[in-house]
Amino acid sequence: MENLIYTLHDFMLHTKTITYVLMGVALVSFVGYWKFLTGREEKMRKY
Amino acid sequence: MSHDQKKFWHAGNILTAIILAGGLVLTFLRFYKGIGAVSNLDDNNPWGLWIGFDLMCGVALAAGGYVTSASCYLFGMKHYHSAVRPAITTAFLGYFFVVVALLYDLGHPWRLPYPLVYSQGTTSLLFEVGLCVSLYVSVLFIEWSPAAFEWLGMRKLRNIAVKLTLPLTIMGVVLSTMHQSSLGALFLIAPGKLHPLWYSSFMPVFFFISSMVAGTSMVIFEGTLAHKGLHRMMDETHLKEANGVAFGFAKAASFILAGYFFIKVFDITMDDDWKYLATGYGAIFLVEMFGFVLLPSFLYAIGVREKNLKIVRIASVLGVLGIVVNRFNVSMVAFNWQLPAAERYFPSLMEVGISIFVVTLIITTYRFITTRMPVLFEHPEYKDAH
Amino acid sequence: MHRRKFLSLLGGAGIASTLGTTKAKAASNASFDGYPDAMGVLHDSSRCIGCRKCEEGCNTVNHLPKPEKSFDDLSVLDTKRRTSATVHTVVNKYNVAGLDHPIFRKQQCNHCMEPACASACFVKAFTKNSDGSVTYNGDVCVGCRYCMIACPYSVPTFEYDDPLDPLIQKCTMCHPLIKEGKLPGCVQSCPKEALTFGKRSDLIEIARERIRKYPERYVNKIYGETEAGGTNWLYLAPVKHTELGQPVVGKKSAPELTAGALGAVPMVVGIWPVLLTGAYAISKRKEKIAAEDQKAAVAQAINETQSAADDKLKAAMEKAAKDKEASIERETKKAVANAEKEFEAKLAALQNPESEEVEESSKPEGDA
Ligand code: SF4
Ligand code: SF4
Ligand code: SF4
Repeated sequence: MENLIYTLHDFMLHTKTITYVLMGVALVSFVGYWKFLTGREEKMRKY
Repeated sequence: MSHDQKKFWHAGNILTAIILAGGLVLTFLRFYKGIGAVSNLDDNNPWGLWIGFDLMCGVALAAGGYVTSASCYLFGMKHYHSAVRPAITTAFLGYFFVVVALLYDLGHPWRLPYPLVYSQGTTSLLFEVGLCVSLYVSVLFIEWSPAAFEWLGMRKLRNIAVKLTLPLTIMGVVLSTMHQSSLGALFLIAPGKLHPLWYSSFMPVFFFISSMVAGTSMVIFEGTLAHKGLHRMMDETHLKEANGVAFGFAKAASFILAGYFFIKVFDITMDDDWKYLATGYGAIFLVEMFGFVLLPSFLYAIGVREKNLKIVRIASVLGVLGIVVNRFNVSMVAFNWQLPAAERYFPSLMEVGISIFVVTLIITTYRFITTRMPVLFEHPEYKDAH
Repeated sequence: MHRRKFLSLLGGAGIASTLGTTKAKAASNASFDGYPDAMGVLHDSSRCIGCRKCEEGCNTVNHLPKPEKSFDDLSVLDTKRRTSATVHTVVNKYNVAGLDHPIFRKQQCNHCMEPACASACFVKAFTKNSDGSVTYNGDVCVGCRYCMIACPYSVPTFEYDDPLDPLIQKCTMCHPLIKEGKLPGCVQSCPKEALTFGKRSDLIEIARERIRKYPERYVNKIYGETEAGGTNWLYLAPVKHTELGQPVVGKKSAPELTAGALGAVPMVVGIWPVLLTGAYAISKRKEKIAAEDQKAAVAQAINETQSAADDKLKAAMEKAAKDKEASIERETKKAVANAEKEFEAKLAALQNPESEEVEESSKPEGDA
């Protein structure tokens, strides 16, 4: 009974909360992934 | 010594002192007697000048930070470099004092962190605004901190902060896009209360686009002021680049305003709001569109073509005023338009006083920072180091 | 429509597993029709006599401060009133053109099926309960008053004069009383059965029935059936609802109005960093190319000057060599000439010994 969602509002509350967490994850992983993507370049340029 | 004191107590500083003293009294009244005692806010008009000016205009006019840093660091306009620090400084101060001003407006100011740490109402656009603004204040603080670190001679911390420039700039643009637009989106939920000429499902887009105009205009406008008052603090690079920055930003603002004008027209067409143009609100709308969108756009264009800094500066004043007019219209003038005149809101003198107090605090802090820290000039030890 | 939207969201996001059982069950209920057993109240303006007994009942059960003018004083009705922090419901009198008697309408929170106040609150202070009521938790409220902006009926009120703990105040549909199985305060006190408490779905039936039975008594409209996604308080009236000061409110509920803007946020987070990093990379690349071009140009310039210098040097050397040759020739010639001269002089001296002094004095001259 508790788990049922009856209103669009509650549904959005639920999904947006997850989305916000994922947004944080995305922002952090962008930095890491870009580092990975350009990792070799940087090294070649430096030495 | 007495000579120095005389110098310090010139008209400008006396005025500042009076405003600050008055502001403290109002602050006391506000927190001792409650919001009702100092403001004209009521149950029909829960948001007034503190939201319409301090928050809406404050955030928009602090957009110079992301606009300048993005054009310099992301879009490779290196000749804007000397404009970045002043813009970041203003933006940081702007946002910081937006938060300070918000404390006056909130019923439970000490619960301001609640939406972030205690009970997240993620369906609210205000949550989005709150989250972004709090993150962006932090981002701006780090972006601004090298100036303080250089002043204090903290080389290591300064270098760490400078290394973060790129991710912080990107983060700044992402956060700005989101909360500038979300400020407009705040009103999406109240289609019945906002006049149809201003209400649009594209309000977030309008707010975001106009924030770019606000940012560029503010950088130019502020440059004018700083040149008058703080010329002595500027180094050669800054002075040399300043005109280029003004013309470059003027060009950008002019074209963005043109685009903004068109999307507003499209919106009126799509919602078929033409019939409202003949009403009183239509007149206000037309004044906004022609006097504060097309006119500054055109003036900017003339200024750029004629290489006339004066015209550009006049246009920037109009651009800044235009943002204020638009935000006032959305949040106050056209809001609750269906209520009878007797139930409409007009700010009380004390509300105006507190807003003036906050603006004075910003200016005073800006002067404190720029007369000490390397903002308008490069620190000799760190020349070319960034 | 909701269902399809929901399913596509679910599928598109591809996070069904994260959502767990909650979503799976919700999917079977995806049209979001609201709580099935939600209660509501129907106010029938054709029955209401404006006696203000409901106001009094509300005041009593909610322990609100007594007003200056007593509830029996009907002169209060002559001015238009609204709810306030200490008055959760008011009855207003409307003189409608063409009618010989005034019409009364009660107002309070409409307890929306998709409450705008709850959607707007950034600390989740409002809850839509399964009994249909929308209640407020002052312990988390920050006092931003965005709920007041959001409510299409301007229902929530604020305690502006309390500096320490100013809270939002509004009708709770007597949520605590309903839980005890009692009627809301106003409904209890209405002497004319202008207020009917019941399941919302039943109330709509009742309202339809009344309109059907007495079409001359009502306009064919149940205010609140679709307004802002539907409200749990419903209204029947003999005149158009706009005549009774009720706002024209679209069918769209608050979450529907904000869904687009809220949905754009993650899109910005996902795409902006990519585009901006792209812009950065492009400008960096341009810089690099420019730098390389410059380097090449410099190298070429150096090469050119180098070869030019070489040519000059060569020419100079050649010239020098030629000069050398020429000078050797000249010297030889000179030497030969000198030798010849000397020889002739010696010869002359031999022939004429007196001229020896002249020869000696002329020697340095020749060297010089
Ligand atoms: S009427 Fe207003 S306060 Fe009441 S539930 Fe609806 S949105 Fe909330
Ligand atoms: S005033 Fe309180 S209840 Fe209303 S939106 Fe703000 S935090 Fe939520
Ligand atoms: S108690 Fe009933 S009849 Fe009297 S004013 Fe209230 S709703 Fe109308």
